[in-house]
This record gives sequence, C-alpha cells and structure tokens, in this order.
Amino acid sequence: MTPAEIRDEIIDILDDISPDEDLENLDDDKAFREQLELDSMDFLDIVMELRKRHRVQIPEEEYGNLASMSSTVAYLEPKMKDIVKS
Amino acid sequence: MIAPSRASKLPDSQRIVITGIGLTAPNGNDWASFREALLNGRSGVQPYEIRYFGKTLAGICDFEATRYQSKKDLRRGTRAGSVGVYTANEAVKHSGLDWANVDRSRVGIYVGVTEHGNVETENEIYVIKGFDYDTSCWSHHHNPRTVANNPAGEIALNMGITGPHYTIGAACAAGNAGLIQGAQMLRLDECDVAIAGGTSESIHTFGIFASFNSQNALATHDDPTKASRPFDTQRNGIVVAEGGCLYVLERLSHAKARGAEIYGELVGYAINTDATDFVLPNPERQAECVRLALKRAELEPDQIDIVSTHATGTNSGDSQECTALRDVFGHCSNTRINNTKSFIGHAMGAAGSLELAGNLASFRDRVVHPTINVDELDPDCALPGLVLNEPQSVASVDYILNNSFGMLGINSVVIIGRL
Repeated sequence: MTPAEIRDEIIDILDDISPDEDLENLDDDKAFREQLELDSMDFLDIVMELRKRHRVQIPEEEYGNLASMSSTVAYLEPKMKDIVKS
Repeated sequence: MIAPSRASKLPDSQRIVITGIGLTAPNGNDWASFREALLNGRSGVQPYEIRYFGKTLAGICDFEATRYQSKKDLRRGTRAGSVGVYTANEAVKHSGLDWANVDRSRVGIYVGVTEHGNVETENEIYVIKGFDYDTSCWSHHHNPRTVANNPAGEIALNMGITGPHYTIGAACAAGNAGLIQGAQMLRLDECDVAIAGGTSESIHTFGIFASFNSQNALATHDDPTKASRPFDTQRNGIVVAEGGCLYVLERLSHAKARGAEIYGELVGYAINTDATDFVLPNPERQAECVRLALKRAELEPDQIDIVSTHATGTNSGDSQECTALRDVFGHCSNTRINNTKSFIGHAMGAAGSLELAGNLASFRDRVVHPTINVDELDPDCALPGLVLNEPQSVASVDYILNNSFGMLGINSVVIIGRL
C-alpha cells in the first residue's frame, strides 16, 4: 500500500468508528483528538480494525504513533508497504 | 366511585403512581399507536431470519433509534441499551417532567431483563470464527456490552442520570419485577423519580430460537400474524419478540406537587417462586402469587376488572395459568381476561411492562382489548370473562392485574388502580 492508500484505509476505519463525524476536512497534521470525538476505546478500535483487516499488530507502547493522520501513515508505511490493496 | 384499595389509605409519600409511559412494541412505537393496534387487531409478528437458525418468525420493532442516540452510540452499545434509551427518553417526555431542571442524582433506573449478553457474545464468536478463533480479534467492547447492567447503564449515560441504575434479571417476569423494584426504591426514598420496566433484545440471539425449538416450544404458522395464539387448540409455541416499556414512577406527593398527569397507581404486587421445575410452571404457586398481590392491595378477586395474562402460546403453560386463574377468578362475573402476546409475541424481559401498558389505556377508554387468533378455544383455557378476537366495551375499569411468569419458577403480579 502506498501512503495515500494507507490514508484512505484509515479514513475508512474512522468512518466506521465515528459515523457521525465529518472526515472531509480532516487536518492530517493535527491530532485526531483535537478534531474528532475519539476516546481510548475508539483508538483501540483503530488498532483492532488494522489487526482484523490486514493482520497488522501494533504493540501498546507504540499507540502514541496513532495521534494524527500524518503520524499514523508514517508509522504504518513500513508495516503495510507489502500489502496489496484489495 | 372506585372501591378503595389499601394503597388509598397510605400517605401520599408512600403511594406510587405512573406518570409517564415510553415504549416500543412490534406493532407500535408509542403508547397511543400501540393501543390503536391492540384495538384494531393489528399483529406485529413478521417473517424473520437469523444466523445459523434460519427462517422463523419474530416480533420486530422499528422505532427510530437515532431520535436519541448518535450512530456512534448505536455502534458502541447494544440493542437492549438502544431500546432502553428510546423508551426511557419517551417516558420522560410523556411524563411532562421539566427534565432540564430535574436533579438527576435523584433519578433511579430499574430495568427488567430476561437475559443479557447472549446477542453480543454470539456476535463476537461469529467474528473470531472468521479469524480461526484468534481471540486477539475479540472486541474490547464485549465487556461493557455484556455486563448485566448494560441496558440500564446506557440509559444513564445517554440521559446524564447519576442516581442508581441496574437491571433486574427475572426471566420473563422481569418487566413486572422492574416496576416493583422502582416502586420499592421510591418508597425507601432512594430516588424521587424511577424509570422502571423492562427491555428485550432477544430476537438477535439465535440461541433463544434454537433452544425453544429444541424444547418443541417455538411457534410456527404459515401466516406470521396468526402464529402467536394463546388459548387456541392449534397453538404450538412461543413467538420471540423484542421491545421495551419503561415507566416514569413517582410518589403521589411528588406527582401532585408538579401537577403531573397520572395514568395509574401501583396498588399491589407480589413475587414468589415455584421451586418445582426449571421450565414447567406451577399453577398452585401462580395462584398464591396472585392472591398475595390481592391481599396486599386489600382487594377481592371480583374487584379486578381486567386480568392481563402471561400466556405465551405453549401447550402446557397456557393451561397451567388458566388453572391458576380459574382458582382465583373462576367465580368472578365481571372480570375480563385478555392476552397481549397474541399480537406481539413474547417480548421476554419487556413482556410484563409492555402488556400492562397495552391495558392501561382501558382506565380511560373503557375498552378491553382481546386475545386474538383464538379460532377454537381450548376447553382447558375456557375461563369465564375471556375477551376473544374482538374488543369489548365495559362500564368502567378500576383495577388491572398483570401476570408475568418466568423460567426457574419466578412469578410476578402487579395490580394497577385508576386514580
């Protein structure tokens, strides 16, 4: 997956988790929590969806990388670069 | 002139009244439309299909869940929680309480449930089956969804209620048990407003259908609307339904102080136990439970205008309840007897409170809704006063007695008086 495809995937996951939110105007460099109503259970949903959809494992000590879209994509790129987008 | 019950001799601070009704039933999403369906013979039973079990029948609700919840809340919570949130909000709205200024720490939530957690557990097992039963794919939402207080807790979260909240697990007697718990807590001054009754999400667990089917107690019929047929010779089991009915209860003194409209007074109740079988009812204990409620209310059987039966459409259950009712009411010429499950199926934890709500309007319209689908009355169920297939007008309705019985031999009875 390219960084753009990873971003699309995260948007798709966020759309599932927070169906009431407007994701069109998401600022990639701003923390998710500053823009969206996400709590710790929602972040666990992101981790869970990546595990279920792509078998990507994210250790708890690395959750901090999921703070913003930019940091998430940068963190996931090496883990997901060999995954072919279906 | 209403013949007085014991409750009428109590101080207003110990008299418990219903001041709001919120409900969703398979044939109506508010009190008025539910009543209209019952008076017009409209069933809410439909064809239904569920994972693993396949095609069957069920009472399905179509309330507008997003009226009080965001899509995110719906995703995170449970169907029972959503039924609870909808019916609690509707009950408060119906009560006319100035909700913005109600002290939420003095509101209690008491929700009867037959079971909780089966739906959510089955869902998670289904999900991890797709991952070769890898439990790391088991949702972190499972525990908050399946704790036994979930349906009540979701109401508290949604409405900002900080008083006590919990569920009352009482099998299919739970709707009455929730109401009784609310009344007791008001009398103990644990709260000023009780949101009480029952909810059910049971049609979303295949296990309940499969288990009733294995017990030869699941109804089948070519016409879904005729499948739930208590007292009929051709009855062949239960139609499972979802639904909920929560009441706003207050002490009479509290209701009077705010000029609330009053829909009925809880004048008597009883809960007892058969202690004889896991599933088979015991008419002797059921009759004892009815008599205990009458005694506490200081009412005679012939003062009851309507008996709302529990009968579910099973062969032995219906005739056993009729044995109990014949014992208590067999000599009563003015007592009408009906059944609401014939319209909506068995709403499990919500059954008692929903069936009571279906009858409560009789205080005002003086019509007794019927038991439908009785083409050939079973002689074992031929009680005097049964209202069959067509509604019946009566001169007055002062007292309604509502039966709700459940597995493991739990019996519950409430008596509501007109005020």
